[in-house]
Amino acid sequence: MSATATAAEAATVEFRGVTKRYGAYPAVDDISFSIARGTLVTLLGPSGCGKTTTLRLIAGLEMASAGRILIGGEDVTNLSAASRDVSMVFQSYALFPHMTVLQNVCYGLLASGVKQRAAETQARAKLETVGLTGLEARRPSELSGGQQQRVAVARAIVLEPKVLLFDEPLSNLDARLRRHVRDEIRALQQELALTVVYVTHDQEEALAVSDRIIVMGQARIAQDGTPRELYEQPASRFVADFIGNANLLPVVLAGREGAMARVTLGGVQLLLAHHGAADGPAVLAVRPNAVRLLPLVAGSGVVGASLTGVVRKAAYLGGHMEYEVALEGLAEPVFVTSTEVAGPLHAGAAVRAAFDGSGLALVPPD
Amino acid sequence: MQASTGRPAPSRPLLGWLVLAAAAVLLLPWYGLEHPLRAVFEGQAQARPVLWQGLAGGRAWLLPLLVLPVLGLWAAWRRQPRLLVTAALLGLGWMVGEALAVTLHGWGYGWLTALFGPGPKQAALGWGALAYALAGVALLAQGLARLGWLRGDAFVLGAILGLAAALVVFVGWPVSVVLVSAVRDNNGAFAPEMLAAKLFDRTIWGLDCLAGGRSCGVAWNTLALALIVGVLSTLLGLATALLALRTRFPAKGLLRILSLLPVITPPFVIGLALILMFGRGGFITTFLAVHFDIPRSRWLYGLPGVAIAQVLAFTPIAFLVLAGLVQGVAPSMEEAAQTLRASRWHVFRTVTWPLIRPGLANAFLVAFIESLADFGNPLVLGGNYNVLSTDIFFAVVGAAHDQGRAAVLALVLLAFTLGAFVVQQRWVGEAGYTTVTGKGEGGISPPLPGWLGAACYGTVLPWLGFTVVVYAIILAGGFVADIGRDNTPSLQYFWTAFSVERGVGGWFLSGSGWSSLITTMELALVAMPITAALGILAAWLLARQRFAGRGVFEVLAMMSFAIPGTVIGVSYILAFNVPPLELTGTAAILVLSFVFRNMPVGIRAGLASLGQIDRSLDEASLTLRANSLRTLRLVILPILRPAIIAALVYSFVRAVTAVSAVIFLTTAQYNLATVYIVGRAEIGEYGLALVYSAVLILVMVGVLVAIRAVVGEQALGRRNMMGQP
Repeated sequence: MSATATAAEAATVEFRGVTKRYGAYPAVDDISFSIARGTLVTLLGPSGCGKTTTLRLIAGLEMASAGRILIGGEDVTNLSAASRDVSMVFQSYALFPHMTVLQNVCYGLLASGVKQRAAETQARAKLETVGLTGLEARRPSELSGGQQQRVAVARAIVLEPKVLLFDEPLSNLDARLRRHVRDEIRALQQELALTVVYVTHDQEEALAVSDRIIVMGQARIAQDGTPRELYEQPASRFVADFIGNANLLPVVLAGREGAMARVTLGGVQLLLAHHGAADGPAVLAVRPNAVRLLPLVAGSGVVGASLTGVVRKAAYLGGHMEYEVALEGLAEPVFVTSTEVAGPLHAGAAVRAAFDGSGLALVPPD
Repeated sequence: MQASTGRPAPSRPLLGWLVLAAAAVLLLPWYGLEHPLRAVFEGQAQARPVLWQGLAGGRAWLLPLLVLPVLGLWAAWRRQPRLLVTAALLGLGWMVGEALAVTLHGWGYGWLTALFGPGPKQAALGWGALAYALAGVALLAQGLARLGWLRGDAFVLGAILGLAAALVVFVGWPVSVVLVSAVRDNNGAFAPEMLAAKLFDRTIWGLDCLAGGRSCGVAWNTLALALIVGVLSTLLGLATALLALRTRFPAKGLLRILSLLPVITPPFVIGLALILMFGRGGFITTFLAVHFDIPRSRWLYGLPGVAIAQVLAFTPIAFLVLAGLVQGVAPSMEEAAQTLRASRWHVFRTVTWPLIRPGLANAFLVAFIESLADFGNPLVLGGNYNVLSTDIFFAVVGAAHDQGRAAVLALVLLAFTLGAFVVQQRWVGEAGYTTVTGKGEGGISPPLPGWLGAACYGTVLPWLGFTVVVYAIILAGGFVADIGRDNTPSLQYFWTAFSVERGVGGWFLSGSGWSSLITTMELALVAMPITAALGILAAWLLARQRFAGRGVFEVLAMMSFAIPGTVIGVSYILAFNVPPLELTGTAAILVLSFVFRNMPVGIRAGLASLGQIDRSLDEASLTLRANSLRTLRLVILPILRPAIIAALVYSFVRAVTAVSAVIFLTTAQYNLATVYIVGRAEIGEYGLALVYSAVLILVMVGVLVAIRAVVGEQALGRRNMMGQP
């Protein structure tokens, strides 16, 4: 197995104004994007947003109603799944129950015309890559969930496809295994320099594995960027809400100074990058970890910009605390996380909330 | 959409089909021949291919057929899928058009005669035409696939187009011929005004019997019979299902066997057994007459006899439908009701019964349709009680030989069965109470309330006893001298039918039954794989592919299930007796009638199994570069094996036991077992009929056991095959 050869095979994926309609209803509505060679791009969004349909459009399991799809620069819009040189790891793994592990992995090679002998050799090598040596003769039903997942991955990568697709590959694994398999997939992708498109609805998973994330909502692309861009500068309420559970607070933008804008939140003034937001009412995304809560002790001085409030709910989650805090001047309570577990606050405690500028972002109002 | 750029060169399948298209016009005899090989070798004029016929034979109208290979080759070479599609459509269109326009007796349409005077003549389509049609459909699929239709999948497109064409030719066309001949008089002239008169004839819709007249119209007779049989079968089936699943009835194995027996029993054989018991000369009648002075009468011949025979035949079907339903009532629900302090009776009334109730309607409709379509029992037992299916038969073969009347009767019968079928499909769709989840549900159902259990025992046990006696007569009756009167074992009938003698040149089969038995086995075995393959393929297309016209496709495919055999028989005679498709008198028409009548069974079995197979398996295979044909072969078919076996078994059994459709289609050369048996029974040779029936049943049991042994202990999934969701 040679990583370089694989890298040469990996290719770009490009959508040009692709629409997929079921009857009158668009599952994917006029979307365009381009995925660079050798990168892992995640399609992220709530269920029904069109992310799986997009993946299936790449695979050729759905045909576009309009627009062009290019893989490696070649127009594959009308090509069937079998002739697209794309492999997919399914949510259910879709291992063939009547075949052994080895037969499953050989399947695609044999379909591509590789001789039985050569196919088995390649398949064994890939099974070794995913750490399944010794299980070749088992049936899928005799494997654990994690092992089945690896068979599915081996079966897909043995074809050295131009693009490898993952459809929620971790959803059938238990929480402990998820992180491990997630890291394995990322490591494999980087080692083989594969172009990978990865579908998930779990923002943490997406942030952890991706070179780039395409957030989808209501059949369209809501935002397309690196994990850091998405987290730090969400382009819409939807993205801010979906990634990192930001508190979306109404603010007033009261004047700009260069790239910065003065923002009024409750009773405090904040200086933030405005990213082109206009004066007047705006939305501020406040990350739960960007709010620092301090016990309001009588006589203590006010440090920086802060608001007073009362803790409504407090929950201990081992590694961190979760609070719901009602702040003066704000209609909705604010969700806050804190790594300070040694001296937790209790419900009913009076607090002062300070804001950490790195976790705040102005979001254009919808 | 122009997708011709960047495609691989003309693929091997494409070239292969082009070669076939070329062979169809350049080499193969275009017209049907009685002895194709001999005709070709002797160079008979009729056996020449299209090109020769067109250039030298004065049949210039055949020449445009060359468009398919010529333009097709050009399109493939230039890689222009649009042109390929055009070539295929032109070729197929011209073929259909010329075949319908130029018939055995000149122009096929009056306006052509008016326009051009007496026209040319031609015989029926033959091997060349078959190859041409196949190649045309395949090339159409290749072209459309290259235009991106159906995800560019040529195999799926070809399968859909081919199956659709076959359904149109062998289901749609014959049925529409029946419709058309209903509006023609016996000379073939268009006479719509006669339709109303024929359709509402007194002999069909008369209500004389209510006013003290001799008999009612045949439509009312048929409906009344079906109603009685439907209700009785449903009640008996329900009692049996409750007995089997909700009591500690000891002989559940017997119930299973008895519920399967009718599947392998030719439909009229039960009627034969009844005659031997209760007919004027039957042994029970004789016993009663001798010992109790009860006069002999012909009460059996008519509504009572037919109804009894049909109830015996169709109760097991109702039982299977209802057993599935009673099984579907999760015991956990009944247990839940019990923990809510409901008594046994209360649980049954408030939980079990409401869950079963929708299925009763389904069971009733299934039995109702079976009764409407039944032909054998009314033929044997009907007496003066006419029903539609037998009247159709006598209109065709009787002295009157009134095909128009047969068509009208067939129309009425078809309306009845299709109506019931539609209602049943609706009902099944709406009865959304099925609680089977595919998970093994724990729990134990509470026993039936005491008196209800007693009622079940009270009705089912006598029926069981009766059924056992009937089958004992069927199986043993042919092996005694004169059943009921002289019970000395005798092989006399058996030898008549199945003797083997040594003559000049070695052993030969001298019995009178051999020829029909062998023909039956041959044709049933030929039809078996075709039926199962088409059924499973259709199920796969319906379950896994989305395409325009899928609904119509499904209706057409399932409709033949609801078309009574007699209607199929009549329609095949009317449609395939003259060119362009002349098939009557051949073995092909028998096989075709088996295939298209029994295909829905394969579809049902396939759909039921495919519903349980995750669609992502297909998709995984496709993304692994396997095309759809390979996917079907390596992934779907192996997993579908039980359904395939079920389809094979059932299509074989139904082909062997069929009588209603084939009785129109058999000839001296291709006589079938069932038709032979009916013939013996009609002239009173009951011993021979029974011995043959017993042999037939045993042969089928043997085949079933053999298949079971090959497949192992896998359940044959009978529940999937009967008329139930």
